[in-house]
Amino acid sequence: MASFRFTVDGKRVSVNAEPEMPLLYALRNDLGLDNPHFGCGLAQCGACTVHLDGEPVRSCVLPVSAASGKTVTTINGLGTPEKPHPLQAAYVEEQVPQCGYCISGWVMTAAAYLKKNPKASDAQLRDALAGLKCRCGTHVAILRAIKRAQTSLA
Amino acid sequence: MTTLTRREFLKTSGALVVSFAAPPVTEALAQVSAGRPPLVPTELDSWVAVLPDGRVQAFFGKMDMGQSLEVAIAQIVADELDVACDKVDVLMGDTGTSCNQGGASGSLGISHGARPLRGAAAEARRLLLESGSRRLGVPAEQLRVEDGTILSQDGRKVSYSDLVGGKYFHHQVEWNKQVGNFMDIKVQAKPKTPQEYRVVGKSFARRDVAWKVYGTDQFVTDVRVKGMLHARVIRPPRAACKIRGVDEASIKSIRGARVVREKDFVAVVAPREWDAVRAAQRLKVDWHALDGAFPAMDQLHEHIRGAKVVKREEPVKKGDLAAAFSAPGVRIVEAQYEWPFQSHASMGPGCAVADARADRCTVWTGSQKPHFVRDGVARLLGMAPEKVRAIWVAGPGSYGRNDAGDAALDAAFLSKATGKPVRVQGMRADGTAWDPKGPACVHRARAAIDASGKVIAYEFVSKGFSRQHIATNESDPADSLVGQATGIPAKGTQIFGVPAESYGFENKLLAWETIAPLVENCSPLRTAHMRDPVGPEIHFGAEQFIDELAAAVGEDPVAFRLRYLAEARHQAVVKAAAEKAGWQARNSSERTMKGRGIAFAERNGTAVAAVAEVEVERSTGRVWARRVVVAHDCGLVINPQGLRYTIEGNVVQGLSRVLFEQVLFDRNAVTSVDWASYPILEMQDAPAAIDVVLINRPEVASSGAGEPTMRVIPAAVANAVFDATGVRLRKAPLNAERVKAALSRA
Repeated sequence: MASFRFTVDGKRVSVNAEPEMPLLYALRNDLGLDNPHFGCGLAQCGACTVHLDGEPVRSCVLPVSAASGKTVTTINGLGTPEKPHPLQAAYVEEQVPQCGYCISGWVMTAAAYLKKNPKASDAQLRDALAGLKCRCGTHVAILRAIKRAQTSLA
Repeated sequence: MTTLTRREFLKTSGALVVSFAAPPVTEALAQVSAGRPPLVPTELDSWVAVLPDGRVQAFFGKMDMGQSLEVAIAQIVADELDVACDKVDVLMGDTGTSCNQGGASGSLGISHGARPLRGAAAEARRLLLESGSRRLGVPAEQLRVEDGTILSQDGRKVSYSDLVGGKYFHHQVEWNKQVGNFMDIKVQAKPKTPQEYRVVGKSFARRDVAWKVYGTDQFVTDVRVKGMLHARVIRPPRAACKIRGVDEASIKSIRGARVVREKDFVAVVAPREWDAVRAAQRLKVDWHALDGAFPAMDQLHEHIRGAKVVKREEPVKKGDLAAAFSAPGVRIVEAQYEWPFQSHASMGPGCAVADARADRCTVWTGSQKPHFVRDGVARLLGMAPEKVRAIWVAGPGSYGRNDAGDAALDAAFLSKATGKPVRVQGMRADGTAWDPKGPACVHRARAAIDASGKVIAYEFVSKGFSRQHIATNESDPADSLVGQATGIPAKGTQIFGVPAESYGFENKLLAWETIAPLVENCSPLRTAHMRDPVGPEIHFGAEQFIDELAAAVGEDPVAFRLRYLAEARHQAVVKAAAEKAGWQARNSSERTMKGRGIAFAERNGTAVAAVAEVEVERSTGRVWARRVVVAHDCGLVINPQGLRYTIEGNVVQGLSRVLFEQVLFDRNAVTSVDWASYPILEMQDAPAAIDVVLINRPEVASSGAGEPTMRVIPAAVANAVFDATGVRLRKAPLNAERVKAALSRA
């Protein structure tokens, strides 16, 4: 066990854990956050995605020690109903999620990607979102929402 | 536990309503429990309540898995009561607040689930008008209602909340004595006609979108109870495997972790989740070897063909098939189609939290049948059902009987065993390898065509594993892994299905045959309902065979279907899909690697047709459904936007199932354990466009929409691949490897 300090959604936190424990368990259990979600524990689905210093990472496989001294953002910290990230606003407009459990993967990955490539084409978006899973099949709605967000980001 | 903000009102809903006849709410909060009528279908108060602030609560014994059912129920109740839609809250799937309407089941949420709510809301309006009439001294016929306020012609008014807000109706309704999907009530009030609807038929936004997008509320995986332990259940490495011994010392070094074992059920619990995960990985269990329980994967369909038939039914049999097939000069067309086992593979593994005490138990579950969870937990723990409360909390996806049901019974069992609240969540393999599966099957089709090109005989016989060897709800521990592992044998229901269509072939047989499961108990290949049970499986074959018959007589697939479909609504969806897709009859010998295919089916009153436009890559075998057009007729449309998105989800999940999904196994175990070994459709393969044509029929009662589209997608794709390549693929999935191999043989 060791102590790790980092920032989550604007708050400074400290977690005592085994260095190899995935960040996901620290966020959910030690810090009591409801997001992100456990989907596979294998970095194959994206349900656990958070930003680590602005880059999307799969917190189910990232050791908590790797977050030390860094800034973690969850979907909860990306935006709020009062001050939504354009992607979140677009998701609500387009009524995207069905079960909604996969959402951190898509929103956090797209938010980071649009920052680098706000005018990404359909093909670029599909590539950037490779590997993410949505079992309810909302893919077409996801693309609609991202394209809507692109117009508001433009 | 942490605050369940969204559900706080739900927990306290009983406290917001007091007896109609009792003192006002301010004086009476303490008397609430005493004044509350029992939660039985015969009490109007079990279905609907008006709160002091005029808001309305509808108590729904089904639940919305993300397909707009919640808001649709609110719309229906709002119209009957004449209140604004946003004033109606729908409280779903809590055995403490709703009657057993069967949970999410069979796309019956509107067609069956809404019926008692509609009746109850109409009856409540009738009682409120009577009460308003007395209050205002005006005959009820001369009153009208606007958004919960009763108005007389001379401008006087009284609101619902003035009359009954926070009080109970204490009014009896007639219950049809059915429990589950068919539960209904009879009331004196006459529900409105579709012409009178103002809210039904319009698009209203869902209530569960914002919290999911902002992460501001909780899934079942987020429920935390004070003092709870985290558990992981260790499933056997081989099917039907028994435990010889458990080396408890193997997890000694993990603080607080310990083993819970009964017979062949073994789990680890620990105060910290990570410790439970590590302990489950590290625990040494000595399992009996039981090799070769399964056939070789590539022999699966041979096994099905050769297996003894356990049960056969012939739901459609007309004419004299033997005579027609042996008539002189007929041409016989035959084909067989094969479908694999498929996994629900929900987005997250099943999860539940249970708090079992000596005399009662509360279970938070993502199962889509919480009332049956209550009954199953009660039987597992030896308690009366009324001592168990099951609370549905949105889970990580649910498309039938997935692994959520096992998680609920596991949690209850472990909570009782440890004397503490227990949270169970599976690892990925529990959701993919160990969920109940959609059944593998073979379909034999045969038809006789006479000299004029007319189909005079047609038979379609499905043979496979039962669609629900374990029941689709959790009411009996015999249908759970914990039950079976602790010595309760599976009951084993035998049922399948036949194509749902109206093709008017004179001599016709539609039949099914089931075979025994590969392993009777604790099998990772046990079967249960998965979205549109046996719909995609059967129609993958049936609707390809229709295309094969069209090709055999040289007729366009759309024209062929229109020639034989007997029902006007069935013809209408085929025409609508073809028209929207810009379907042109053409010489099908041109193989451009781009093609289009159509498929049609009916499902419990809903008619649906899909046209898939595909591109096939010869070098890789990749099939891309660039565009899918769906024409959908489910009678009266309640919420067009919600319906469209539900159909879109069906299209994409259907594409995933026909193009990618098959459960892999070796002689001993399921080897599809994650997303690499059970691939599903990803964004690169999502269609560029899905066009939905909704055929609204206000004069026809709504039928279901949660599943029907699923059954037409597989054949529409396979027919399009044939159109594109000239190669007929009769075995699912049409994954790149299989398509490439088939193209290279052609």
